Amino acid sequence: MDALRLEHLRKTYPNGVQALRGIDLVVEEGDFFALLGPNGAGKTTTIGIITSLVNKTAGRVVVFGHDMDRHREAAKACIGVVPQEVNLAMFEKLIDIVINQAGYYGVRPRLARQRAEKYLKALHLWDRRHDIARNLSGGMKRRLMIARALMHEPRLLILDEPTAGVDIEIRRSMWAFMRAINDAGVTIILTTHYLEEAESLCRHVAIIDRGTIVENDRMSRVLRKLQYETFVLSLEQTVEAAPVLDGYTVRLRNEHEIEVEVSREQNVNRLFALLSDQGIGVHSMRNKANRLEELFMRLTERSGSPEDRP
Amino acid sequence: MSVGRGDVDRDAARPEIDVAREAARADDFERVSGPAPMQGLLAVNLVGLRTIMRREIRRVTRIWVQTIVPPAITMTLYFVIFGSLIGRRIGEMDGLPYITYIAPGLIMMAVITNSFSNVVSSFFSAKLQLYLEELLVSPLSTATIVVGYMIGGIFRGLAVGLLVTVVALLFTRISVEHPFITLSVVVLVAAIFSLAGLLNAIFAKTFDDISIVPTFVLTPLTYLGGVFFSISLLAPAWQAAAMVNPILYMVNAFRYGMLGVSDIPIGVAYALILSLLVILFVANMWLLAKGRGIRS
Ligand SMILES: Nc1ncnc2c1ncn2[C@@H]1O[C@H](COP(=O)(O)OP(=O)(O)OP(=O)(O)O)[C@@H](O)[C@H]1O
Ligand SMILES: [Mg+2]
Repeated sequence: MDALRLEHLRKTYPNGVQALRGIDLVVEEGDFFALLGPNGAGKTTTIGIITSLVNKTAGRVVVFGHDMDRHREAAKACIGVVPQEVNLAMFEKLIDIVINQAGYYGVRPRLARQRAEKYLKALHLWDRRHDIARNLSGGMKRRLMIARALMHEPRLLILDEPTAGVDIEIRRSMWAFMRAINDAGVTIILTTHYLEEAESLCRHVAIIDRGTIVENDRMSRVLRKLQYETFVLSLEQTVEAAPVLDGYTVRLRNEHEIEVEVSREQNVNRLFALLSDQGIGVHSMRNKANRLEELFMRLTERSGSPEDRP
Repeated sequence: MSVGRGDVDRDAARPEIDVAREAARADDFERVSGPAPMQGLLAVNLVGLRTIMRREIRRVTRIWVQTIVPPAITMTLYFVIFGSLIGRRIGEMDGLPYITYIAPGLIMMAVITNSFSNVVSSFFSAKLQLYLEELLVSPLSTATIVVGYMIGGIFRGLAVGLLVTVVALLFTRISVEHPFITLSVVVLVAAIFSLAGLLNAIFAKTFDDISIVPTFVLTPLTYLGGVFFSISLLAPAWQAAAMVNPILYMVNAFRYGMLGVSDIPIGVAYALILSLLVILFVANMWLLAKGRGIRS
């Protein structure tokens, strides 16, 4: 069964902004799905429509077979959401926030208390349970929102930039946690601007740009579509100009570093051979960007400067 | 694990069973075998309603210094100044000592302002701090949300009303002539102004918007609503004008319940109170379902 099906979703905000221009998307049950796109692409709007915080202009949303317009309650009961913007009752205690949340989904108090302990512990917040939300750090607030979203054990968990502003250690533990939840059968939709995060976690990816889906496939297939990778080579000696290497595009970064575009058909051994022919030794090599990032940049490239973006 | 508390143990033994699945199943069920699936949703809404109620009531008791104490102080001052000091010079109104005459009106005034301000500020902060989204994304029905907030408002109105009654008893003796009327009117009026507060909060965009109605509508109407005087004191033209004020009917109905005197027929007062309740309830339901002021 499809966990989520979006058909021809459109949204024009009252101020005239066309945020979504016809989105079609299918997320299979059990999937770990990345929804990527630059700022203002329409990710949060899409999630807003799925969670009924935003009224759609046109289209259809179906969650686990429940049409959002006809079986709204059933559809909503399947979803847990971690919003991009913090939406916590700042003066309420953590424990009350999560237990109340369970109540809004009909979970009885005793079971709610058990789950509160389970999820607050899993997100390392149990010791702070009697604190009010306002006293938490930014990263803790995000984790609290994840715990809150899990209180009714939803079948579909939607996370809108859950790792924004979270330090690397906690981010890693959040990744492990998300994987574990996904392994337990929960379908996850994740938006993030950390593309390596999407690359390592997600099996499917959709890239949305200016309200349209520009890419939608298995992560592995999407990555294979990438024609070029850019490597940064750190040289053992200084060079004045970019060396000319037959068949490769080379740019000079600074006197110690060059950038080389390597296509999928080319091999890196030949590159090293050409360099050593010219007496240039390579000290170290790294990817300029990770692969998904590279593809993302190519797909969402704009003619204008970033300020021109809608 | 203890034996014999079947309900509880079953919950513990099946932590995986959740509403999502239950609701989903209820829905599948509907297609196969017709009606009966509402039970799942009804149960969800009952638990949800209890949760909202408990949260709202806890909010009142948690910040009691803001919610309970100030109105009690204000009302005590009213009794001291208007009742004891000035009231002694006024003498009688409708055949009753002035302080006795104003007691029901002052209780009603406390109920009105506190029910209203409880819901307006609670719902508006939820909207402003965005945690209203918790309810909006949940499967709870609009009616559950409206009733939940309404009960919170009624609780605060009655809590303060009770406190003011206790204060009144320090100054005068109050009898209750018609207990059922007294009780039903005070609850209905608290409900009406809770719903009015909700309506205000739905439309409000800034903090100014939630103080305009209390200052420019509620306070004047309450003062002119026969709390401090019988409208028989007014010139006929002003009497007619006073009659369009709904609070007049509420204060008089309540005063009738307590003291047995009223400027207006009690049946008319009930009719007006019940119509207002229905109108406000429907208006809130409609606006919330449409997402007015809360969904983009
Ligand atoms: N409430 C609103 N009213 C009017 N326009 C809006 C509203 N919310 C979003 N928009 C506009 O809709 C477009 C899509 O915004 P959205 O928040 O969905 O983007 P996003 O992909 O989530 O971006 P980000 O990565 O920055 O979170 C933007 O142009 C934004 O300005
Ligand atoms: Mg966003």
